[in-house]
Amino acid sequence: MVEGILVEGLLYGIMALGVFITFRILDFPDLSVDGSFPLGAVIMAVSVVNGVPLAVALLLSFGGGLAAGAVTATIHNKLKVPNLLAGILTMTMLWSINIRILGNRANLPLLRQDTILSEVVALLEPILAPEWAVLVFFIGVALAIKVLLDVFFHTDLGLTLGAMGDNQQMVVSQGVNPEWLKLIGVGLSNGLVALSGAFAAQYQGFADVNMGQSIIIAGLASVMIGEFLLNSNRIGLLTVRVLLGSIVYRGIMFLGRYYGYHINLTPNDLRLITGLLIIGALMVSRYRSGRSESARLRKSLRAGAP
Amino acid sequence: MIHLQQVSKTFHPGTVNEVSALRSTDLEVREGDFITIIGSNGAGKSTLFNLVAGAYPPSSGVIRINDRDVTREPEYRRAAYIGRIFQNPMLGTAGSMTLEDNMMICYRKGFKGLKISLNRRRREFFQEQLIDLGMGLERRMKDNVKLLSGGQRQALTLLMMVLSRPALILLDEHTAALDPKNAAMVLELSRKYVEEYQLTTMMITHNMQHAIDYGNRLLMMDKGEIILDVSGNEKSSLTVEGLVDRFHRIRRRELESDEARLS
Repeated sequence: MVEGILVEGLLYGIMALGVFITFRILDFPDLSVDGSFPLGAVIMAVSVVNGVPLAVALLLSFGGGLAAGAVTATIHNKLKVPNLLAGILTMTMLWSINIRILGNRANLPLLRQDTILSEVVALLEPILAPEWAVLVFFIGVALAIKVLLDVFFHTDLGLTLGAMGDNQQMVVSQGVNPEWLKLIGVGLSNGLVALSGAFAAQYQGFADVNMGQSIIIAGLASVMIGEFLLNSNRIGLLTVRVLLGSIVYRGIMFLGRYYGYHINLTPNDLRLITGLLIIGALMVSRYRSGRSESARLRKSLRAGAP
Repeated sequence: MIHLQQVSKTFHPGTVNEVSALRSTDLEVREGDFITIIGSNGAGKSTLFNLVAGAYPPSSGVIRINDRDVTREPEYRRAAYIGRIFQNPMLGTAGSMTLEDNMMICYRKGFKGLKISLNRRRREFFQEQLIDLGMGLERRMKDNVKLLSGGQRQALTLLMMVLSRPALILLDEHTAALDPKNAAMVLELSRKYVEEYQLTTMMITHNMQHAIDYGNRLLMMDKGEIILDVSGNEKSSLTVEGLVDRFHRIRRRELESDEARLS
């Protein structure tokens, strides 16, 4: 049970890192995620079935997500459409494209196929039980991606990307084309989301064009839960808290799935719970910022008094 | 250095909201000029800056910088050699990033690569620069910029702008949002940098005394036109009263000539 939550948390945590990049760093609420997650899954599934080397298949998934993000950013940049609409457009179009990639069907099972996970399990068989082998693998993958992202956001390009969501005028004033930055940022985000989808397909044993439905909300909930766990301005801790938030979120979902029947919950209620979770998080953060503001006000009034 | 030829800007042309923000204007800015610009709201000062910076293209006319036609060049390209500071201190810095990250972003203009340039040597260099400001910011390199006061943020923006050694700087009422003490400090800092690095400068201000005290040339704008352009000795002998007086004289003369035409 614990290893299941951890694996899911880390697996979907990669997706949450992508959502974190767009929503928090770029301030570009990107909804194409709902399409790029299954895109990664279907690219992976088709590649596995057709015997494409697994590493290449992962790269293809990542590249597919990158391209999807680039489409969203280009629609937004060139047609001056609001970013939300650009994301919804890409997401909608991807649904058809995903079915095309699967060869005009809605899902593709991967049972009895060699996937990365089955290889990892086989490799670690002498020392670890299958579920723990999978967990070790995902700890490694999630940490590697986290570290790579941390390094990226320390580069000159990464720093400028960080300033983008804060203050676009500043980026322009530094002689950087904001359109390129959006393209890179949204592309990178969707690449990660698609990678997460590719792993999800292998973990679940099938790819389905509907597996991305409202995944963006799950990602957002993870990011927000993470923000309650840790407070920092260092990128290394920001990415850790996204992963932690994702694990906590999966834990809550797990409780809902397995113990929810005591209070008559069904798995169909989980989306409602996720939505309420986000609303709750928004309310708490509003309350918190209001409180810290009034505290500052009181302090400055006291300081002003003779 | 900068050459505006018959440049005009009309917003919402052909609608009831049509505004001529800048009427056909010629302006030559020489290298090393420090120009102060005054005029009431809606006189076209900010429009002039936006056209020079490239925030939007002019409705007609040609803008040349260093003999190159930049009329259609986008803002981010021109930013490579133009530094601009806004009235709002928030616009110059990224609030949720640290001081050192902000300085790193502004250290060199143009597209950024995948290099990690913020190393110990760079940090020490930034620290020295901050010590020169004399605000104690050198001890707050890891703090988020949003924790700084408006005056500190504007001073930091100035410092970061001169780090990249721009050929031209545009100061857009950059002290208007600050309290008098901080405003004076930021203005003095601006003068220091302009002299130290020989920057060609254009400064919009609402304070006539500042417009007279600073710079070697003064433009007065009204209703989208430059109605007064004085420099050298003529400028240094200006007084606030004299300036107001000249403004009314110019406007009355035009009024009279309009009346003569109508009658």
